[in-house]
Amino acid sequence: MSAYVGPGITPTIGLSEEQAQLIDIAAAFCRDKSPMDKVRSLLDEETGFDPAVWSEMVDLGWTGIAIPEEFGGIGLGLGEVVPLVEYMGRAMMSSPFVGTTLAAQAVLRGGTDEQKQTLLPKLAGGAPASLALCEAHADWNLENLSCTAKADGEALVLSGTKYLVIHAAAAELIIVSLSYEGAPALLVLPKADIEASRLTREKIIDDTQRAYALDLEGIRVPKSALMDVSLASETLAHIELTASLLLAADMCGGAFSCIDYTLDYLKTRKQFGKLIGSYQSLKHTAVDAHQAYERARSHLYSAAFLVDQQGEGEMAVRMAKAEAGEAYSFAADRAIQFHGGFGFTYDCDAQLYRRRAIMGCAQHGDARYHRRKLADLMF
Amino acid sequence: MLDAKDLDAFTQDAKNWFKENAPKETDFMLPLTFMEVGTDEQFHFLRDWQNKVYEAGYLGAHWPKEYGGGGLDKAFQDAATRAMAVERTPIMLNAIGLNWTGPLLIDRGSEAEKKKYIRGILSAEEIWCQGFSEPDHGSDLGNAQTRAVRDGDDYVINGSKIWTTQGNYADHMILLARTNPEAESKYKGLSFFLAPMKGEGIQTVPIRKLTGEYGFTQTFFDDARISADCLMGAEGEGWLIAMQTLEYERGARSGQAGGHVMMLSDPNDIIDLARTAQLNGKPAIEDEAIREELVHLMTEARALGLASRRDKLQPLTQDRPMSLALGGKLSSTDFYQRLNAFAITLQGTRAAYYVGDDSAHDNGIWQRGYLNSFSATIGGGTSQIQRNIIGEHVLGLPKS
Repeated sequence: MSAYVGPGITPTIGLSEEQAQLIDIAAAFCRDKSPMDKVRSLLDEETGFDPAVWSEMVDLGWTGIAIPEEFGGIGLGLGEVVPLVEYMGRAMMSSPFVGTTLAAQAVLRGGTDEQKQTLLPKLAGGAPASLALCEAHADWNLENLSCTAKADGEALVLSGTKYLVIHAAAAELIIVSLSYEGAPALLVLPKADIEASRLTREKIIDDTQRAYALDLEGIRVPKSALMDVSLASETLAHIELTASLLLAADMCGGAFSCIDYTLDYLKTRKQFGKLIGSYQSLKHTAVDAHQAYERARSHLYSAAFLVDQQGEGEMAVRMAKAEAGEAYSFAADRAIQFHGGFGFTYDCDAQLYRRRAIMGCAQHGDARYHRRKLADLMF
Repeated sequence: MLDAKDLDAFTQDAKNWFKENAPKETDFMLPLTFMEVGTDEQFHFLRDWQNKVYEAGYLGAHWPKEYGGGGLDKAFQDAATRAMAVERTPIMLNAIGLNWTGPLLIDRGSEAEKKKYIRGILSAEEIWCQGFSEPDHGSDLGNAQTRAVRDGDDYVINGSKIWTTQGNYADHMILLARTNPEAESKYKGLSFFLAPMKGEGIQTVPIRKLTGEYGFTQTFFDDARISADCLMGAEGEGWLIAMQTLEYERGARSGQAGGHVMMLSDPNDIIDLARTAQLNGKPAIEDEAIREELVHLMTEARALGLASRRDKLQPLTQDRPMSLALGGKLSSTDFYQRLNAFAITLQGTRAAYYVGDDSAHDNGIWQRGYLNSFSATIGGGTSQIQRNIIGEHVLGLPKS
């Protein structure tokens, strides 16, 4: 609105041609491959995702989007991954896509040359991967590590347990964070090298996803499994930022669908002879949820645009994660309430959204966590 | 028509012109919005300033040349508008003319109406006000009861309008009045007039605002005769034209003359306030709860700026194309209200002071700003009406 002089801030947002195309492609793909009855049918499947759909994503080149061409990728950026994850979030789709993308980012930022040469083409080619970052203390700080790797001759011996390793059962590679010689370190664990019994499925709040505990106790790996130790802190920070961006995308997408789902009910359900959407207590709250979603989406695409920029990228991503988490949580909380008695049943999709929102906030920091980080960046 | 080189040169000229000509500090307080013009001193100062900007070619630069505009591409006016914003120059006075009446005339006025009114709007020689709200019909605009009765070549107006911004200074009013009380619907009985404000039977009474200041009037029509030529469009089209006017007002339609008519407080100023304010012997900005709230507000401020840019990126608006335009008023007015309210809470005992006291922080700018902020959350459709509009027109919910 040109009639108003606002603050002297000129925030940045933009959209690449590729992003614009990927929005349309992802919208059609996710609508087609992950309708709600499909989401529902996967809730009881052990794997929690459809391997055939995952193969199609790989064939479309999605796993290589943010990997440079020299390593077998397409050479676009994380900004181009955002629309894909946003539409997966809209469809509450589940797959190893985010884990595989994050693993590639970790290797790209902190892997040895050897690891980049061997692993990145694999990941670009669709080898599913996951990250084992969480520990029993449940701290979001990725450098708070009690799992360890200790040298034993030319080998490393691992100890401790990692939690919430997403889609670990399907992963070919797991990137593990631990403490090595008193400092944070990351290493690459090929799943073929460990016994299946080391993974235990965890009961998580979000039935659309799968998470596993990973028992590291006594695992021996060659030292070459270590990623560049001198880059470990920087790499963990990059993982937090990248994961936050993609979780923001998923939650922003979820918020949209959840609001849409609730609107359908408000437009069809009658009480006291009137459509319930005509009552202002529901209508106005739905508007508030929608406005919060729009705010989150503006932040999301600003973050997608700025993510590679030092400083500004971090601010934009943390704002996006905080706003998306709150928008999704509010929209889904009200979705349950507004569906009344039906909202209290497992058959109502509102609970799926609400649970997925909690899962998204539980990973890599909720709104308060990111606002605290932002305060330190800003003031 | 749009030559990049010409535009660059124009932009540079505009920047220089506003840098050189931006008024220096005045010894009286300038209104921050067009709804706060309360003294003759303020009025004349702002009228002269708008006139100067227009004469320099930086207002209505994209409006048609034959009516007094500059005849250039809109990009030129946008550049001038930005230059004004950067220098934070005083507001453009004739807001109702520049932002609602002008674009309305250009889009649907007759040739005679355009010739008669556009130039005076831009030069500020003819001030416009708006006669929509009535004392008993604020949000329920369609129920307006001010009567206009045809009598020969005149209409005779009876009734009263309220919240007439600059009513005591205005030369013309865009007036919504009832020509047919028997029409099949309340909307179809309304007509739209470009009415003179000077004349027998028209009286304006200043309204004292909650801040203690002035800026609005109540306007009384007592057998006021206006020429039948003042009717815009046909009888019964009043609601339609009023709705179009509101779209300019809400920013859902473009065509405004440029420049700014409101100076919003800079959210960053609140950070400075939090640095200087003391809480438990420490700067307030060290308090965790305050830090979190500040980040929250800055995040919202940023989203407002992002939304207006995002609105131009079609792939990011295709789900609900009207959403950002129609949601803008609600989110920004609500935000500035909370920003001002929070700023007051940061001031400790100083929160108790008001404009004019030496102990007031920054001469009570936040206290006054907070009270004035209600003009934006109530005027132009209350925040509650905005939620109805968004709920119904963006989200497709049934009418209340």
